[in-house]
Parts: sequence; C-alpha cells; structure tokens
Amino acid sequence: MNLIDVKSVHKSYGTNHILKGVDFQVKSGQVKAIMGPSGSGKSTLLRLIALLEPLDSGSISLNGTLISGNLDGSPAKHEHEKVLALRRRGIGMVFQKFNLFPHLNALENVIVAMTTVNKTSRADAKDRAIAMLERVGLADRMQFFPSELSGGQQQRVAIARALVLSPQLMLFDEPTSALDPELVREVLRVMEKLAEDGMTMIAVTHEVGFARRVADEVLMFDHGEMVEALPPEEFFTNPKHARTRRFLEHVQ
Amino acid sequence: MSFKSKIFFDALFSGAYLKGALLALVLASACQLLAVVLGFFLALSRLGKNRVLRRFAGLYIWFFRAIPALLLLLIVWNALPQVFPVFRSDWYSPFLAALLALSILEAAYMAEILRASIMSVDDGQALAGRALGMTPSQVMRKVVLPQLIRIAIPPTANEYIGMIKYTSLASVISLQELLTTAQNGVSATFRYSEYYAAALFYYLVIVSVLMAVQARVEKKYAWISTKPNNVKKELA
Repeated sequence: MNLIDVKSVHKSYGTNHILKGVDFQVKSGQVKAIMGPSGSGKSTLLRLIALLEPLDSGSISLNGTLISGNLDGSPAKHEHEKVLALRRRGIGMVFQKFNLFPHLNALENVIVAMTTVNKTSRADAKDRAIAMLERVGLADRMQFFPSELSGGQQQRVAIARALVLSPQLMLFDEPTSALDPELVREVLRVMEKLAEDGMTMIAVTHEVGFARRVADEVLMFDHGEMVEALPPEEFFTNPKHARTRRFLEHVQ
Repeated sequence: MSFKSKIFFDALFSGAYLKGALLALVLASACQLLAVVLGFFLALSRLGKNRVLRRFAGLYIWFFRAIPALLLLLIVWNALPQVFPVFRSDWYSPFLAALLALSILEAAYMAEILRASIMSVDDGQALAGRALGMTPSQVMRKVVLPQLIRIAIPPTANEYIGMIKYTSLASVISLQELLTTAQNGVSATFRYSEYYAAALFYYLVIVSVLMAVQARVEKKYAWISTKPNNVKKELA
C-alpha cells in the first residue's frame, strides 16, 4: 500500500495557479527527490502534504486514510486548525530556514512538541530528546541556543525535533539551500542515514549527489506540473523531457 | 538660600509621602497589568480573522488614544456617577476611578505595542509549531508568546514608567498620591522647593527600582547558554 497518495491536486493563490493536477505516490520506505525551478510548485506541494495549507481540489491520503481534500473531485472544504493539528502528527517537516525556536536551547527545541502535543512526561521526553540529538551528532551542543549554533547544526536540531515525534513520513523543503557549502554535507549525511534506516522521505532538493545516492525516484516539477518521474540514474543521464535537460544543465 | 533641609527631610520621612508613593506604585502597577491583559486581547482581535472583533479593537484604540488622560479621569470620576447611578455608592473611590480610567486608556497603547510585537515574530515560527502538531493555542503559548514578550519588554517598561507619572494626574480627582501630598504641604506652608523635592525623590526611587527590574527581566530573555542561572540549573 502507498504510504502517501497524492491525487490530482490543484492549488491557486489568487489568480496564480501553482499546482495543476499533481499525482504521485510514495510507498513506505521510499525516498523521493523533487527538483525544479523556483515557482514550479514543489514547496507548495510539501506544504499541502504537511497540511500547513489547504488544497483547492484533489486529495491526499496517508496510509489509505484521506487527510486532505475530497476523492470525488469536489472542491475541498476548510478544516478546523485543531483537526489538522491532530492529523499532522504522522508527518514531520524540515524547513529551508530551520525555523528553530530561538527562545529554547537545542534540547528544549526537541522536547517542546513531545510534552505539549504528545503529553509525554518531561523525564521521558528529555531522555528521548537526548538520544535523538546524539543520533544527529549533537551530543555536545544540547545546551546551546539556536543563535549559538551553525546553520548545519541548527538544521540537524530541526531534523531531530521532527524525528523525535516518530513520524511515518519526513518532508524536507530545500534543507540545505540556506547553508554554507561546507555545512551541507553534515546535514545530507544525517538525511542519508535516515533513509538507510528505512524512513519514508520526500525531499525538495537540488543536491544531485544526494538524489543519486538515496532517492528511489527523482521528480521534475515545472509550472505546477510533474513533468518527469524517473529513477535517479535515468533522470540524470537520460531524461525524457527537454525541460529536465535544460534544468540539469544548471544544477550539475 | 531658602531650602530648609529639615522641612525636606521631615516631608521625606513622613507617613503621608510614603503612603503617597506606595499608592502611586500600586495604582500604576495595577493599571499596567490590566492594560497589558486587555491590550493583548485587543491586539489579537486586530490581527484576527473575526471582522466584528477587528472593527471593535480598531475603534477602541482610536477612541482611547484620542481622549486626553486628564479628561478621561474627570469623566470617569465626575460624569460617570451622574449617568450611571451604580457609581454613586461609597465603594466608588478615587482609587477605583483612577484605576478604571488609566487602565482602559493605557490598554489602547499596549494593544499597539503588542500588535507590533506579535507581527515581528517570524512567520516561520508559527509554521514550525503547526508542523509539529501544535494547536493554535499551543503555538501561541509555547512559540509566539515567549518571543513577543522579549520584543515587548522595553516599550512596555517605558509605558509602566510613564504610568507611574500618569497617576499624578489623579490628584485632580482628589486621590492622595504623591503629587497631592506635596501640594497639601505646599498650600499649608508655601515651601515649594522642599515639598516638591521630596516628591521628586520618591519618583526617582520608584523609577530606579523599575529600571533594575527591567534589566533583570531582559537578562532572563537573553536566550544564550552562558547565563549564570542557566549553568546553575544544568549543574543541579
């Protein structure tokens, strides 16, 4: 069964038609990399899957359960934010600009959602947060505040913060685009390890090496449509769509 | 020189001045606290989706920023009991009238300060909170509020200090605060400099204390790991 099932999803902001009927599925344990120029709708798609924004029509299902939109093609109705908050629990998201909470140190950043959302006891939450920060290689940075961490360290805290809630699916929205080149690798290494451990992931990224090593399939987005979906080897060496070839000239 | 230090020190250590100073402090603190709470809901209303609330908050802020504090004090103390008999009872004291007038007035200013503070918290913060499964109220309490407090501390401390001095306006409704106490001394003896200096001394003391408190609170919101109390907590 598909872990995530996206069916003919449409999304507009005003008169700007961002997503024009997107279909794709991700099986449990799969990693999909999404590429495409800015404005192609790839980040919007992640936000829709993360239920951070409502879609206009189409549907998104998680584990066979409809979580957004309607299956019959009728316009989606707005759900209450409290209902959405519950549904979001199975999905973790990592942002381009980390969005760590600046008033909390690394440890508390990882703890806060466990104690407030999942009502985990503080002692348990702390143990799990420490273990998770160790897993992303930040055992010696737990007491540091975001302003005292490098971009790469901040992004690893952000990954730990999402992972500690045991999501079924992790979404990455250009997780290394805001990083200095020498900090990109430490973040990619964490993501690669995560993929090895079997986490289902959708990553919007322009890191060709990462996509080649980790992705089961690379998707090319352009003007709100998915124009290409191929295994990485084929995607990077023999893409079918002219748009993909032109795009790859810029990133490779 | 006609400054008689004995008169000054007698005034300074008299019970009336100490009571006046305490009254100013208590009144200003209560007003400021009420104004922060009311102002927070006004700010949320102005930023919210509900059109009626947004309109109400806009009107409130417009009206109470337009009206002079002195005029509002006189209205609340003199005119209100004429219009509403419920205010004609004994419980309606100058203190309550001043509390009512100054807190609803200040709420309009605090609403704008807090609205600006909420707006200056990065949008990505609420987004991250929501992505972690937090409800809107959890996002507000755990993510936005701590960050907006830090932004709001300096302007709010400004308002609080201003409020200490606003309470002296309540002398027009016969509240026995610091300025009234000084005036009483003056009208009995015509020793202006000594009595005014005593009042000034108390204002200086109160504001100094408030500034020290502000510095401490700001330190608490520094968000760095090298804070001494932070290190202590970790060692414990």
